[in-house]
Amino acid sequence: MAEKHSPLAQFEIKTLVPIQLGDIDVSFTNSSAFMVATVLTISAFLVLGMRRNAMVPGRWQSIAELSYVFIAGLLKDTVGSEGRAYFPFIFSVFMFVLVGNLWGMVPYSFTFTSHIVVTFAMALFVFIGVTLIALAKHKMHFFSFFMPPGVPMIMAPLLIPIEIISYLSRPISLSVRLFANMLAGHTLLKVFAGFVISLGIVGGWLPLAFVVALTGLEFVIAFLQAFVFTILTCLYLNDALHLH
Amino acid sequence: MSDESQEPELPDDLRAMGQRLKDGRKPADSGGFAQSRLTPKQGSALGLAFRVSVELVSALAVGLGIGWLLDEWLDTRPWLMLVFIVLGGAAGIMNVYRMASGYGYAVGYQKQGDANKGGADDDQGTGSVG
Repeated sequence: MAEKHSPLAQFEIKTLVPIQLGDIDVSFTNSSAFMVATVLTISAFLVLGMRRNAMVPGRWQSIAELSYVFIAGLLKDTVGSEGRAYFPFIFSVFMFVLVGNLWGMVPYSFTFTSHIVVTFAMALFVFIGVTLIALAKHKMHFFSFFMPPGVPMIMAPLLIPIEIISYLSRPISLSVRLFANMLAGHTLLKVFAGFVISLGIVGGWLPLAFVVALTGLEFVIAFLQAFVFTILTCLYLNDALHLH
Repeated sequence: MSDESQEPELPDDLRAMGQRLKDGRKPADSGGFAQSRLTPKQGSALGLAFRVSVELVSALAVGLGIGWLLDEWLDTRPWLMLVFIVLGGAAGIMNVYRMASGYGYAVGYQKQGDANKGGADDDQGTGSVG
């Protein structure tokens, strides 16, 4: 198959505006362009949706308020009232991932959440931030996190490394989950779409039906993975705020 | 969220509307909505399998990485890596155990996990997070 039609061609980073800072390549790429588009979409959605600020919300205001209430409720359920201070961050994370996923559903667009660099950077930010919050709040007591109470001291040399590894695996599982879901879903879509062409008018209908079904599934996954990313962030925050 | 904080000086029609909104909302709140928000189609076996494998592999990868870096640093290749692969595997299994036994998505130690350890099997790794 020609290189241009490879199912992975959609994940290719293309430089739009080359920028070089010293030795570092900070070019404006299609990935950056879609991140900008995502931020602009979110801003437009929230600002324009809330512009009228009516007592009886219209459609857009209703969606904007729903997304707010959804994340506020999630944060309240998982973290409790101490989590309120972190609402802006959690809400931004959710909207960024969600709208990024949804932008990826537009044909010919680029899905930046399907790149491990992007998701891992976000997960690492969450991880470091949450660890710093825990350290600031609990000082040295934070390290008792790695030694559950009621465990005999003999187990400590074995258990503490395991707990530390388990803690360090958080950003990886957080980022891999989002990245792998988006990557696999979009690749699968493209593969089945390729079957439609290669089987032609005779046999192409079955893969076409699959593509339609998978597109629906991809929308579900776009929401679900944004939700999972957010709820995991909330849970990590909860751990940081109330150790045990 | 804001429907409890109705100011008393609202006009009658607004108050009536507020009451109607409150009534309309009630079945949704007391019904499955509050719960279903935390359990979005977690029943799918494929999703569960995927979560399990990600947890296993990520902990193993972290163990491998730590061992490898320590080996580079202390010049003890390959012994520390072997030790940390085993520890990473143990951490991965612990992650999966926690995930599957009602600790929610959370990896790492959690207090409320102790409280609901008895009924750990009934909820499939979610719902207890609140």
